[in-house]
Order: sequence, then C-alpha cells, then structure tokens
Amino acid sequence: MSHSVELAGIGMTFGTTRAVSDVTFKVREGEFFSILGPSGCGKTTILRMIAGFIEPTEGRVLIGGRDMKGLGPNQRPTAMIFQSLALFPLMTVWENIAFGLEARGVGKAERRAKAEELLRLIALEGYGNRMPGELSGGQRQRVAIARALAVEPGVLLLDEPLSALDLKLRQHMRAELRALQKRTGVTFIYITHDQSEALAMSDRVAVMSAGLLQQVATPRELYDNPATPFVARFVGETNALAGRITEVAGGQARIETALGALTGRAGQGAAAGQAGTIYIRPEALMPGGATNSLTAKVERVDFEGAFALVHGAFADGAALAASVPSTRLGDAPAPGAEARFGFQPEHAVVLGDG
Amino acid sequence: MSGSERIFNALFWLYLVAFGLYLFAPLIIMGAAAFNESRFPTVIPWQGTTTDWFAAMWADRTMWQSLWTSLIVAVCVVVVAVPIGTAAALVLTSLHARAKGFAYALMVSPLLTPGVVIGISTLILWRQLGIGGGIFLIVLAQSTFIICYVMLMVMARLQRFDRTQEEAALGLGASKVMVFRRVTLPFLRPALLAASGLAVLQSVENYNTTLFVRGFETPLTVFIATKVRTGLTPAVNALALIIIAATVVGAIAFEIARRRRAGRPSP
Amino acid sequence: MGDLYRRFGPGLSTIFVALVLVWLAGMVLAPNLMMIDYALRPNLPPAAIGGPTDTYSLANIAYLAGEATHRTIFLKTIWASALVALTTFLVCYPIAFWMAQRATVGQLSVVLLLIIIPFFINEVLRTLAWFIILAYRGPLNAVLMNLGIIEAPIRWQGDGGVLAAMVYAYILFMLLPIYNAIESLEKAQIEAARDLGASPWRIHTRVVIPHAKAGIATGFVFTFMLAAGSYVAPALLGAPGSRWFTEIIYNWFFEGGDWNRGAAYALVLLVLCLAVVLVTLKIARVNLADVAK
Repeated sequence: MSHSVELAGIGMTFGTTRAVSDVTFKVREGEFFSILGPSGCGKTTILRMIAGFIEPTEGRVLIGGRDMKGLGPNQRPTAMIFQSLALFPLMTVWENIAFGLEARGVGKAERRAKAEELLRLIALEGYGNRMPGELSGGQRQRVAIARALAVEPGVLLLDEPLSALDLKLRQHMRAELRALQKRTGVTFIYITHDQSEALAMSDRVAVMSAGLLQQVATPRELYDNPATPFVARFVGETNALAGRITEVAGGQARIETALGALTGRAGQGAAAGQAGTIYIRPEALMPGGATNSLTAKVERVDFEGAFALVHGAFADGAALAASVPSTRLGDAPAPGAEARFGFQPEHAVVLGDG
Repeated sequence: MSGSERIFNALFWLYLVAFGLYLFAPLIIMGAAAFNESRFPTVIPWQGTTTDWFAAMWADRTMWQSLWTSLIVAVCVVVVAVPIGTAAALVLTSLHARAKGFAYALMVSPLLTPGVVIGISTLILWRQLGIGGGIFLIVLAQSTFIICYVMLMVMARLQRFDRTQEEAALGLGASKVMVFRRVTLPFLRPALLAASGLAVLQSVENYNTTLFVRGFETPLTVFIATKVRTGLTPAVNALALIIIAATVVGAIAFEIARRRRAGRPSP
Repeated sequence: MGDLYRRFGPGLSTIFVALVLVWLAGMVLAPNLMMIDYALRPNLPPAAIGGPTDTYSLANIAYLAGEATHRTIFLKTIWASALVALTTFLVCYPIAFWMAQRATVGQLSVVLLLIIIPFFINEVLRTLAWFIILAYRGPLNAVLMNLGIIEAPIRWQGDGGVLAAMVYAYILFMLLPIYNAIESLEKAQIEAARDLGASPWRIHTRVVIPHAKAGIATGFVFTFMLAAGSYVAPALLGAPGSRWFTEIIYNWFFEGGDWNRGAAYALVLLVLCLAVVLVTLKIARVNLADVAK
C-alpha cells in the first residue's frame, strides 16, 4: 500500500464557524509536505482530519487511495506528533516509545529491542529508563518522534512540534527532522506558522488562509511565483505597490501606480484594466537603477555585514524594505533623505487584486 | 503602633489562644482521661496514673467485633464508591453545559441532604424489597454521599489532565480501553488513592446515616455512642486515644503527601 | 454524552453510564421517592396495605403541625441550627481573616494543619470529648470552682452543651469557605479603605464581608444543614428539655414504630434543609457549582 495522502474537497464546520472550506490537494508518498498559515487558518483542523480525530463535514480523506471515512485514529496508517508532544508522563522513555507496539500486542522483549533501536536512531541511547520529565526540551522532542516512528507509520503528522524550542535548538532540529525523513522515507505532513521552517524543510508547501487553500507549490515557486496576494505578502518580505494594470503581453504586465508605471512578470489574475498590485522582493530593489525607477524616503539603515536592510516609505505611503549588498552600499542614501531605487522586471510579479 | 492597635493585637492573640484551646483541649482531656484511675473518665481529680484501661479495652470482645464491622463496611464502601465516583466524574466532564448544570446539582445533592435522611430513605426503600438494616444497607447508604467526595476529588484531578495524551495514545493505535487503562487511569491514580483514604475515614466515622440502617450491627461509632449512654469508662477513652493517634498520623501523612505533590511540578 | 462515547468507546462508556445510573437512580432518587411515598400514606397493619384505607394524604405532615411538643421541637431545631451557624461564623471569621490576609506562609501552613487534624477525628469522639468536659463532676466545673468563678457545679448538658459541641464539630465547614473567599481579596483594597479613613469595623462590613459573601453563604448552608440533621450531639449532650428534631424522627422509627410518620418528619427536615440551602444561595447569588469544593 502506498502512502500518498489525498484530500478531496474537504470542509469542516464547527457549529456555525467554517474552519476549512473545500480544500483539495495530494501529498505524494515519501514527500516532506508542509501546511503553512497563520494561527486560526484551519491547518491544525486539516491535520486532525487526516489523523482521524475529527471527521470532515464534507469531502473525503484518502490515504494510499483508500477512503478513510469511519476509521478512527487507531485504525489509520498515520502517527501524530503533537504541539505539546503529549508524552506519557508516568511511563519511562522506552515505554513511551514502545507504546504503539504494546497496543499491537508485541511482546515485551521485542518492544524493548525496538525501543533501543529507536533510541539509537535519535541518539538517546541509555535514556530508556528515564522519565520524560527528566529530559530536556530537545530530548523530549526526539522521544516524541521516536514514539511515532516506532509504529512504522506510512504518514507522520507533525503539529508545530518545534514551536516550544528555542531558536538554536529549533534550527538544529529542522535539519535533524529533514535527515530523518530522508532516511526513513516516511511521508511527512508538517504544520507550521513559521515560513522559514516550511521553506527550509519541505519538498512542497501548501499555504492556507482563513480556511481556504491559497497555493500548493515548491518553496522556490512559492517565493518567486506567489499565486495570490496573501501568499505574496505572507511568504517572505515584500514591497507591495497597488495600481491599475494597463497592459499584459509576453508574460509581462505593466501597472500604473502612484509612483509611475512599473513592469513585472504577469502573475495570476493579471489582466489589462484590472486593479492589481506589484510585489517586489527586498533583495530585488537596488539603489539607483534606470528601469522601474522608484523614489522613497529612507528612515533607517540596518547594517548587517553582508548586506544592509533599508527601511522607509514610498511616496504613496507603502512601506519600503530593501536589502542592499554591502558591495553596493556606497550608493545607499543616508536616513532622512530621498533615494531612488530600481528593479529588473523579472524580479517582480504583478497580481490581480481580490 | 498606636495604643488602640496594640490593644487590638493583644485581644487578637488572646482570641487565637482561646481558639487553639477550644480546638485541642477537648481532645487532650479526653486522651489524658484514659490514664486516670478514676472509674468515670475525667482528669480532675487525678486519682493515679494507670494503663489498665487500655488492657480493659483490649479485652473487650464487643469492641473488636464493632471494629471488624466498621472495617468491612469501609472496604466495601471503597469498592462501591471509588468506581462509581470516578465514572461520575468522567461522565460529568464530558457533558455539555446545560445538561452539566442539572447533572451536577443532582450529583452533589447527597452532600446537601442531612445524613439521617439518607439513612432513613435507604432503609425505607429496601424494606419494600424485603431487605432490612445490616452491613449491605450501611454500605449503600454511606456510599450514596461518599461517592460525591470521590467524584469531586477525581474531577479536580481531571482538570489538570492534558487530553492530547489520550489522542496521542489513540493515534499510536491503542484501543479506547487501552487508552483508559494505560493513560487516563494512571494519571488519576493519586486522586483515587486519596479518595479511597477519605472514603475509609468518612465511612468509619459516620454515625448519623449508619444509625438508621445498622439493623443489628454495631459499627464502632455506634459502639462508642452506646457506651457513652450505658456505662462510660475510661476504656472508651483508651480506644478514642488510639483512634485519634491513628487518624492524626494518617492526616499528617496525607497532608505531607499532598503538599509534596503540590510542591512538585505536576506531570 | 456523545463526547463520552467518542472518548472512551462504547464498552467503557456504557459501564460508566450504568454505574452513574445505579447511583443516581438507585441510591439517590429511588430512596427519596419511596420516602415521599411512605410519608404520604397512613401507617397500616400489613393486612390493610393496599386496601381502601391505603390512600395518599398529608395527614402525617399535618400531625407534625398539630402536635404541640413536636412542633415546638421542630421550630427550636430550626432556630438553634441557625444559632449554631451564626456562632460558628463569629468564632471562625477573625481567624479566617487573619489566615487569609495577615498570616505568613509558615504560620498559615501550621495553622491549617492544626485546624484540619480535629476535623479528621470522628464526630462521635469529638462529641464524647465534650461529654467528658461538660460532665457534672467534670473538668470544666472543677476548674471554674477552683478559680472561684462558680460556687456549685453547673449542669452544662442541654442547650449550651449541644451548641458548644456542634460549633466545635462544624468549624472547618465554615472556616475553609470563608478563608478561601477572603484570600482572593486584594490586600490593596483593605489598605485603600484604611487610607480613606475607614474604621476597622467599616472595612469589614463594607469591604471584606461583601467580598467573602459567597464563602460565608457556603459556610452557613453547610453548618445549618449539618446541625439540623445532627443526631449524635443532641443525643449525647442534650437534656430531656433540649430534644432535637432528629431524635423525634429516630423515635418514630425505632420506638414509636410508625415509619410513615417518621418518613413524613424526615421529609419535612429534608425540605427545610433544601429550602434553606436554595434561599441562602439565592440571596448571596452563589452558584451551586461553587458550593461543593
């Protein structure tokens, strides 16, 4: 049985609140797939529907092509890692790890052996007889992963498992999770509100907002080719200038803004005569520049070594964020002054509003 | 500190001492009387120190009989009240708001019912069914309200329970029965032990309810009350002293265990 | 209920619900309904039960209203129980306030333990202790005579003795709710009131007591109920002139042999207690859910 996960038009209504509407996507077997979105966007609800803790009010969940309707969480080929980890505080570390095997009626000796094997995998050999309360945050994290992997799930569901860790540990665990996924080949579905986490680890990312699916794409594509204004603003930093689209031709769109006419790649919904917005990444804005020339008032320059972050405001009031390589910093203006910036059309995207 | 405040403080400490005296003098006098040779338990006049009353108490077969009765009843009450009280707590916590209010009122009503009424109503119901007072009815009547205490203690513990643990276990393939046995129940264990202890204490010390359903049985409290009316000797004080010592040791141990648990970050 | 089913599955849920039903239906509701049934029927010889004379009426309750001695004892039980509750409140309030607002952490933990210990001891034993102290030739009279306060021993048994022992027995039921309520009062409020020139009396009547209203109501309810339903204290410490309503009930069952009248009397006691509970809670605007803690 393969372990692809397919959501076909699933929706969830709690009482009168619509948590998720008509979400459809397919996660390939062995993929590291993230669902990214702000809190309350419905991503956890989707995860819980895949796990079987709640039944969708519309649509179907298929795992390996099999409809999961009516199957409880203990009957699905999934294992979940909770935000709180939910380790069993009154069981030892190895009992925690072997719990799923105990549930399957595996004998004690075999359970113990399997737990030891997993403890080696997560580099916690010799910790089997400790209690979860005696471990550090990162160690508990790894035990939770081992506990989920012990049942050899086809699909591992992770609900923001790194959110309780400090930054350094979080970055370390990201790499570890990614390596683990590659080694085991298990399908990972990872929930997070942290875009850098999603971009760094995932093969593909689904972006959600207010219960609606915005885009499913590779991290690179999400960044370069956001499908919706929400994705453009939510993933990475961006400069957004609103205006009216005047011309779409040859994959490029021309937009009339308060700062003059600008050109970028034509994205979704870009049609002549429509209201639209041009999104320019901070690293695309260069001081000076002849094409797509813009004027902005600089308020602050944060020098960070390899580059400097320039903050300010455009003439129409929109915020300016530019990251300028140190090598070109000589051209950068002083705070308080007016400055000109330019960008290449292929580094900006024009999307239709709404 | 002003003068009036000083007077006020002095009065307050006087009150505190009086309060302490009120609380403990009766118990101390009762305990001390067990060592007085006087035939009637008192401390004034002191007629000489003796431990004979302990021997007399020890030799009293009816005392042992009633102690035995009380212990059997207490064990049965634990067996009845702890599972039902636990079930009640679990059912109540999973009810929805409106049903919950009504069910809760019904479930705590035995605590607001006078003990004699619980005894009487149990006695009447079972007479209709041809069963008279005795150990069975004592257990039933006492359990009626002791279940409330168990329920409240289990509910207090349940409030601190992280239910994602149950979901985690379920997600790892455990059946619902296994989730309950391996995750929920172990978490409740301290509360169940404490509730069992409280149930034993409540059962052994109960008088008002027991009096009506005792039939021909004589549990410890009835034994003591009867002695007071028919022929009180310091042998009863000796028994009282031993019971008090046991309860005080038990209460202190219970408190220490509770505080140690409270002081530790809960799992 | 669906939540319970989802959480524990059909097997366990059924067991839990069945256990709760056994309790609520079999041990709480059925006995009370049967008691009401008894209370409304006449006391008949076995042969006449189910016969034409076996009809429902309020005769047993009317008997209580018409019997002067019983009526007096009933009314006296009500006011005496209220007096017990009031006295317990007066005894407990200062120490509850001190514990909640003034005591250090160390003092508090010692005092709490000291107060809880007597509570763990059997009510019969606590009453026995008072029986010994208040005996005619007992320690209290001996001390008072030695001090020259009284000339001849006083017969304490009776109303005074019953009051002393009941207050003693129910201190904790009053103290803990009041303590919990006062504890949640910010110290700053008392200081603000004092700063504004309020006298201690005003601080208590205008700030502390209104804040602790729920706790005080809870304490009153429990103390009243326990006092009205108590049997052991009046039985051991009472005098012939200080009979308690529960003693009358007991006599109907085990000496008078009229269970129907006994049931009617018990029903009246139950209704009285529930009425006092509900009215007090209503006046103090306390939710039943907050009482049993």
